[in-house]
Amino acid sequence: MTFTKRAAAKLLLGTALAATMGTTAFADGHEKTKVGFVYVGSVNDGGWTTSHDKARLAMQEHFGDKVETVFVENVAEGPDSERVMTQMALDGADLIFTTSFGYMDPTNNVAAKFPDVKFEHATGYKRLHDNVSTYSARFYEGRAIQGHIAGKMTKSNIVGYIGSYPIPEVIRGINSAFIHARKVNPDVQFKIIWAYTWFDAAKEADAAKVLIEQGADVVLQHTDSTAPQAAAQEAGNVTTFGQASDMEQYAPYPRVSSIIDEWAPYYIARTQAVMDGTWEQIDTWDGIGAGMVGIGEITEAVPADVKAEAEAMKAAIADGSYHPFTGPLNKQDGTVFLAEGEVADDGALAGMNFYVEGLDAELPQ
Amino acid sequence: MIALVKRPEPSRVFSLAAPLLAVLATMVFGGLLFAVLGKDPIEAIATIFWEPLFGEFAFFYRPQLLIKGAPLVLIAIGLSLGFKAGIWNIGAEGQYIMGALFGAGAGLAFYPLESAFIFPLMVLAGAFGGWVWAMIPAVLKVKFGTNEILVSLMLVYVAEQFLASMSLGLLRNPEGMGFPGSRNLQQYSSAHNADLIAGSGMHWGVVVALIAVIFAYVLLARHRLGFAIRVTGEAPRAAAFSGINPARLVLFCLGMSGLLAGLAGMFEVSGPAGQVTIDFNVGYGFTAIIVAFLGRLHPVGILLAGLLMALTYIGGDIAQSKMGLPAAAIQVFQGMLLFFLLALDLFTNYRLQFKRAEAV
Repeated sequence: MTFTKRAAAKLLLGTALAATMGTTAFADGHEKTKVGFVYVGSVNDGGWTTSHDKARLAMQEHFGDKVETVFVENVAEGPDSERVMTQMALDGADLIFTTSFGYMDPTNNVAAKFPDVKFEHATGYKRLHDNVSTYSARFYEGRAIQGHIAGKMTKSNIVGYIGSYPIPEVIRGINSAFIHARKVNPDVQFKIIWAYTWFDAAKEADAAKVLIEQGADVVLQHTDSTAPQAAAQEAGNVTTFGQASDMEQYAPYPRVSSIIDEWAPYYIARTQAVMDGTWEQIDTWDGIGAGMVGIGEITEAVPADVKAEAEAMKAAIADGSYHPFTGPLNKQDGTVFLAEGEVADDGALAGMNFYVEGLDAELPQ
Repeated sequence: MIALVKRPEPSRVFSLAAPLLAVLATMVFGGLLFAVLGKDPIEAIATIFWEPLFGEFAFFYRPQLLIKGAPLVLIAIGLSLGFKAGIWNIGAEGQYIMGALFGAGAGLAFYPLESAFIFPLMVLAGAFGGWVWAMIPAVLKVKFGTNEILVSLMLVYVAEQFLASMSLGLLRNPEGMGFPGSRNLQQYSSAHNADLIAGSGMHWGVVVALIAVIFAYVLLARHRLGFAIRVTGEAPRAAAFSGINPARLVLFCLGMSGLLAGLAGMFEVSGPAGQVTIDFNVGYGFTAIIVAFLGRLHPVGILLAGLLMALTYIGGDIAQSKMGLPAAAIQVFQGMLLFFLLALDLFTNYRLQFKRAEAV
């Protein structure tokens, strides 16, 4: 009995303490800049969320004591994310990064209620309030390099592709990879499976196995877990690429290269802007050139000449002399998408909802 | 030696005390878990249970409790009717999705017309969607004796495919820049299930959940049908002799739970969520099963259990953000709650007997 009483007393004391600490932090105007992160997956997903969390830690290290970071993982899109963002804003966050496409409307809803808090939404397009910025990376640049290597590496001429959601970002990646695989291998076919998830190891493993059974000896993924890598390793003779994080634990084979999301420079710059009071609404879409998209080491499993070609393409994309979407390119239905020498503008890329000519697949309806 | 001895009568006291003891045990063992993770256990438990109710920002969290709790309570009330009678609807998640699709579809069909008839129509459509989806396992069970557990569960995955298809096709927002997802119903005032008093969290789903609690209570305590449900669950043979038609009971229980799950989905999609998206469902249909049992299949118990579950979700997220507790630890904490409840439940029907070991 005494134990319970004592526990209850401690409980009350604990809360009282927490409350006073809260008030003092606010009273001195919380000197530290507080930055919140809302994650759709687990920080250990090995892919998308891991890449954001690594960047958070890098940012924390860069600023040291001047910054306090908080995060909540596995936050469902919809009302739960709205609550978590509100909670962070109430708890004194100055800047909040929301790192999933589905957080778009919730981010704007919460931003309306907290005009003094800055919001940064990854991969979305809605900036309904002055305190909302959007940022994303030109992953399709990395996909072009993957497509090139995939086209050269495949012997069965079947490349498997695990799609997450049929949104423009993912469709762009498929098109970019396909265009560059076809360029070096006119016989290559893509088989696409939609997993309808960003992160679900079981579903991704199933998808990879189905693709391998259908003859794919290269599997590309736009999902975040390492499960497809494991499935490929088990099957043997199947080439994969790391997604979002390097997934170097599967190198040198099956993982022969990767697309790495490099968010740290952006997070550092935006946090600095909040500290300096110079933060303004922007729409960022950076690629290999700006360092937001990294290409993981191309391993020795890739023939030296292919590796050299891939690295040349990377350099050309980085310095702007080559754009992965350069005409002549037709849409799947045969109509012209880009004329000879024409380069796709960002508007066309941002809303891309069609396959390019030659892809033998249908977008889910 | 310690032995389990069956009680002659299930203990009423223990039946009521078990949930409270389970919460207490969860606090103790959850606290140990948090301590092992290097966090102050008292602060963690206080953050989860105290902060949302009485903390500095309770004005925000209390309405959130209603928003998070209402669908859980609404679905769990429906499920409890079937569970009481030994009819196992495991597919409320699917019925929830279908209710949302029917409800949102009915509303969006009229876009951008503004009329007072649209929202009531959506309510009917949502209820119908959930009901229809539950009638599939019900009719199959009655006609062919299929197992409603399997059929209703499998239909969840079918419903998820419908949800993806609708988000990408028929219900897709034509002004959505090629992205999946419907128009946001929060911006379509005739279809918006808004807070009845702004900022209170009291939307129509909360009201209907409370009404469902009252109706279920009256049904079970006072109505012949409620009697039939209880008898069928407790003594199926006696029920058969007393002239209860088991087929009709299956149709009623599954239909009713589907209807309420459909309503929950409809109120969610037109209110807090706003949009039909591929990831619209977040597991309310499955969590409601826990809520139903945590509430002892009793309407008032379910109301309290739903609020308690909502509290652990909201408090859990606060603990993640404030104390850096990993999401997995919060999930273990929630899992403990059910585990201890089921474990302690044993003592409703059994008691411990300490006796000396007998020679073998």
